[in-house]
Amino acid sequence: MGVVQTGQDKSTGVKMREIFYNQALGEALAEEMRRDKNVVLWGIDIGPYGGANGVTKGLFEEFGPKRVIDMPIAELGYVGLGVGAAATGIRPVIELQFSDWITLPSEMIINQAAKMRYMFGGVLEMPLVIRAPIGAYLSAGAQHSNSFESMFSFVPGIKIVTPSTPCNAKGLLKSAIRDNNTVLFFEHKKLYGVKGHVPDEEYTIPLGEAEVVREGSDVTVVTYAYMRQFCQEAAKQLERDGISVEIIDLRTVDPLDQETFLNSVKKTHRLVVVQETWKDCSISSEVAAIAAEKALYYLDAPVIRVTAEDVPMPFSPVLEERVLPSVGKIVDAVNQVLERVPG
Amino acid sequence: MDISKEKLIEMYRGMLRIRHFEDRVKELFAAGEMPGFVHLYLGEEAVAVGSCSALNDDDYITSTHRGHGHILAKGGEMRCMMAELYGKATGYNKGKGGSMHIAWPELGILGANGIVSAGIPIATGAALSAKYQENDKVALCFFGDGAASEGTFHESVNIASAFDLPVVYVCENNMYGVGTRQSDVRNIEDIADRAVGYGIPGLVVDGNDVIAVFEAVSEAVKRARKGEGPTLIECKTYRWRTHFEGEPDTYRPPEEVEAWLKREPIAPYRKKLIEQGVITEEKAQEIEQSVLDELEEAVEFARTSPLPEPETALEDVWA
Repeated sequence: MGVVQTGQDKSTGVKMREIFYNQALGEALAEEMRRDKNVVLWGIDIGPYGGANGVTKGLFEEFGPKRVIDMPIAELGYVGLGVGAAATGIRPVIELQFSDWITLPSEMIINQAAKMRYMFGGVLEMPLVIRAPIGAYLSAGAQHSNSFESMFSFVPGIKIVTPSTPCNAKGLLKSAIRDNNTVLFFEHKKLYGVKGHVPDEEYTIPLGEAEVVREGSDVTVVTYAYMRQFCQEAAKQLERDGISVEIIDLRTVDPLDQETFLNSVKKTHRLVVVQETWKDCSISSEVAAIAAEKALYYLDAPVIRVTAEDVPMPFSPVLEERVLPSVGKIVDAVNQVLERVPG
Repeated sequence: MDISKEKLIEMYRGMLRIRHFEDRVKELFAAGEMPGFVHLYLGEEAVAVGSCSALNDDDYITSTHRGHGHILAKGGEMRCMMAELYGKATGYNKGKGGSMHIAWPELGILGANGIVSAGIPIATGAALSAKYQENDKVALCFFGDGAASEGTFHESVNIASAFDLPVVYVCENNMYGVGTRQSDVRNIEDIADRAVGYGIPGLVVDGNDVIAVFEAVSEAVKRARKGEGPTLIECKTYRWRTHFEGEPDTYRPPEEVEAWLKREPIAPYRKKLIEQGVITEEKAQEIEQSVLDELEEAVEFARTSPLPEPETALEDVWA
């Protein structure tokens, strides 16, 4: 079994095929369920319905109702069940239909799953995965467009994964399922229908390792999840102006792969952080703070962050566009960070 | 129900272990020997002992903030518990948990819990896990009258009943959630009535009668193991002390407290065992002395145990 360290474009020599992001996730679930009979799925509409985003399509037929369990609409209850089940020998992988509803079972995640191993002095483990779709750009309004990874990143004891491509999605989900800690696995709604190459062979991608998506020398752009696509488009546009952008996809936002982005910053001396959601106390704040703590004297300009405005997500497309990051805003930020040369 | 002599004696010993342990914790806490807070189980001994006596060693329990009694009844050692209350390295959870967070999976103890009602879905999940693994285990969930008003109760019992999960819900109705009389904040007298809404059996038991609790829980455990699903058992009882040690009792009528003190569960049980010839007066005293000896040893162990190394505060977050 191979370990794919980089993304779909870089795995040279590996036989690839092209599949959708949601299919890649479904393959990861199926493979892990075949490998380990203690992997059990539950959530809403994940059985014969196949999941709201098609991720669990076919799994009910293959594994049956004992391993693919449709739950009532009771997030606090069925996530809480996951905590008790994970503590007693099975490996639940729970689907939340929208990550916005993670506020409901947050007690079970924050005060129970994340803390139990520590509070009890290491006498039990918590192999629990919660999958949930994040993200905006769908005019889904204020309660179906959230990305709450930053909120949970604050809490010790939770790993947080934000896959950006089909290849990453599959490899990271397999690692998440094998991890003996609580993992929040945030899939982006805009990516489910995106195609990409995945290796034919079985592979995993370790949690906590960022990916250098694109090498460059003028500026480092740190991003994750759906924003990776925007950054790639922005880099292409900037290349026409002779600007060389290095893109780092964090892939796992907690634990953060500091080394990869710090090395990049030390090389380019400029940092832009691009994140889809709100700015205050967020992953982008953390990246900027780490850069300030550990690479301040390498920076030739202040860090710039491209994030959503601090307002709930509006419905109307023109309003949503005003609030969210865009390729144009990223291009502007890179130009700005390059102009700010001290002296 | 035919109960063996050994079981009857064990239940006597079990209640005494809780009574003396908690009495001693009360004194030690007042003397400033323990950090933090303690919530004592005095007066409710028959619920924990009657319930856990109906379980196998490898069955699961979840407990509450008032958990000392449950853990002792499930087989917890006094010395490891006492050391945990002292915040010592030799405690069940290396001094990281304390009074409200004791767990020991080897005995099926999935944790006392500082969050009211949080043990309900956890026990239900353990039951799902047991059913999935076909290991014949049952999960028993202790929770209070206050917790029965939480959303977790409804969500969990609904799921457990829909899937016939092997779980027994034991509601310890001691009438008060912190300082509020819970019957003032719900519209029914008996919490057990809520079972109807889930299509499961619900019964009310005298929580100060260890035999009544044991029989009710035994029946529910049998039902759970046969795959017939959950049962809700409401045990009417009373906590002698206030919500936590040091809290003034401004909210309970003194005559109510007096009446419940008179209804204490151990002395009448002891009398009955002697009258029925299960044990002699001497044997009863001998058992009590052995409990006191165990307790003395536990206090000594806790006092003389080392504190944890400060650096261990940074361990055990990750598997």
